Amino acid sequence: MSLPDSPPLAYASSANPWFSWQYVHDNSATLVAALREHASLTVEAVVLAAIVAIPLAVLAHWYHRSTGPILALSGVLYTIPSLALFAVLAPFIGIGRGTVLIGLVIYALLVIVRNTLAGLGQVPDDVREAARGMGYGRFASLIRIELPLALPGIITGLRLATVSTVALTTVGVLVGHGGLGQLITTGFHANYRAEITTATVLAVVLALVLDLLLAGAGRLLTPWLRRRAS
Amino acid sequence: MNYINQAVVWLNDPLNWTNPGTGIFTLLEQHLRITGAAVLLGCLVAWPLGLWLGHTGRGGGVVVVVSNVTLAIPTLALLSILPLIRAIGIGELPVIIALAVFAVPPLLANAYTGLRSVDPEVREAAQGMGLSGWQLLWRVELPLAVPYLAAGLRTAAVQVVATASLAALVAGGGLGEIISDGFGLGLSRAGGQVLAGGLLVAVLALMVEGVLAVVQRLVTPRPLRRSQRVRKSRTAVAAES
Repeated sequence: MSLPDSPPLAYASSANPWFSWQYVHDNSATLVAALREHASLTVEAVVLAAIVAIPLAVLAHWYHRSTGPILALSGVLYTIPSLALFAVLAPFIGIGRGTVLIGLVIYALLVIVRNTLAGLGQVPDDVREAARGMGYGRFASLIRIELPLALPGIITGLRLATVSTVALTTVGVLVGHGGLGQLITTGFHANYRAEITTATVLAVVLALVLDLLLAGAGRLLTPWLRRRAS
Repeated sequence: MNYINQAVVWLNDPLNWTNPGTGIFTLLEQHLRITGAAVLLGCLVAWPLGLWLGHTGRGGGVVVVVSNVTLAIPTLALLSILPLIRAIGIGELPVIIALAVFAVPPLLANAYTGLRSVDPEVREAAQGMGLSGWQLLWRVELPLAVPYLAAGLRTAAVQVVATASLAALVAGGGLGEIISDGFGLGLSRAGGQVLAGGLLVAVLALMVEGVLAVVQRLVTPRPLRRSQRVRKSRTAVAAES
């Protein structure tokens, strides 16, 4: 009776490769759709997070009293596992893209606030005083002196937030919008290796490409750093 | 509000706590066992490597590369891939290995930084007293790096206890099961269970963070602790005056 057991095993090992061009070719439309959802969720989350986080960091920087509470709150929120956050959000927001997006924005927010605050803190006091002496108001000094000098910190925050958001988006499978995570999970349940590895490689490449784009943008925006280095 | 009531009802049902296979106590024990094993495995790999790199002063690049690469790999992907590698097999082992991979970067980086931040004069004095390389590492550098090792352990453990909840997505057990089972049943039927599971996992992560913060404080020598606080209050006074 052991005979019927062995052929499926042999079949499984030969038809379950770690990578298959045939799979990529046959499912290119699905792969592109998943990649597009993944990329759009990531970009939207980081952009929304930056819009909220940078003003928040400026507030924390201006009013020293609020720095401690803002950092403490962000630390507590960051400790909460993504699965738990999605589980707490889903009953109130519903099953869908919005729940994933809000969760991703919250995590990206914390990273950007911390790094922006660190960047603003690195602006030398004499530069700030010189700006005031030249007649810059608080707001003008912020826009034209302090934020540009804090750019390296802000870019670092955006890069970290982007890379971790790409990885985190996969947890969205819980509510049916995990981008490439969707393929990872179906591949796992179908016990099909090529689907998992293809989706994983696409996710890692997406993270790398977005990271390089941000690093390039950072280099273009801070030409004085390059001049100093050379 | 309806879901909050349902979550309270779910948490008040003693069967949900003591059920043999799927109760909170069983899942919590499994969760903590997986976490402990993963952190231990991570320490066994990362600490010797980080201490050695820090002692010799080489390989700072390795530390950065390791942490950047692991940041980009989705946890879910590693959790799904490892059970399909035949040498590892299914069950708790692939989950433990996957989580250990994500525990390595903070452990490695902190061990390396801890040794690199030892005052060079202290190191020279120890060498002048005739300590060999091993003695220097074991009796001078390692004790001075303990606060850094503790900080790395805290970061790694909190991260692993949080990520261990994702094991439920690949049938790996742990408290995440409550959440993924609830989503499987649908929000209309098990919304309260999902919410209750989310709260349990969040509370567990915050508790681990709190306990390890106390442990980190205890193993940090008092002078190092106090100097930080004094410095902070001094800058606060300077800012106000």
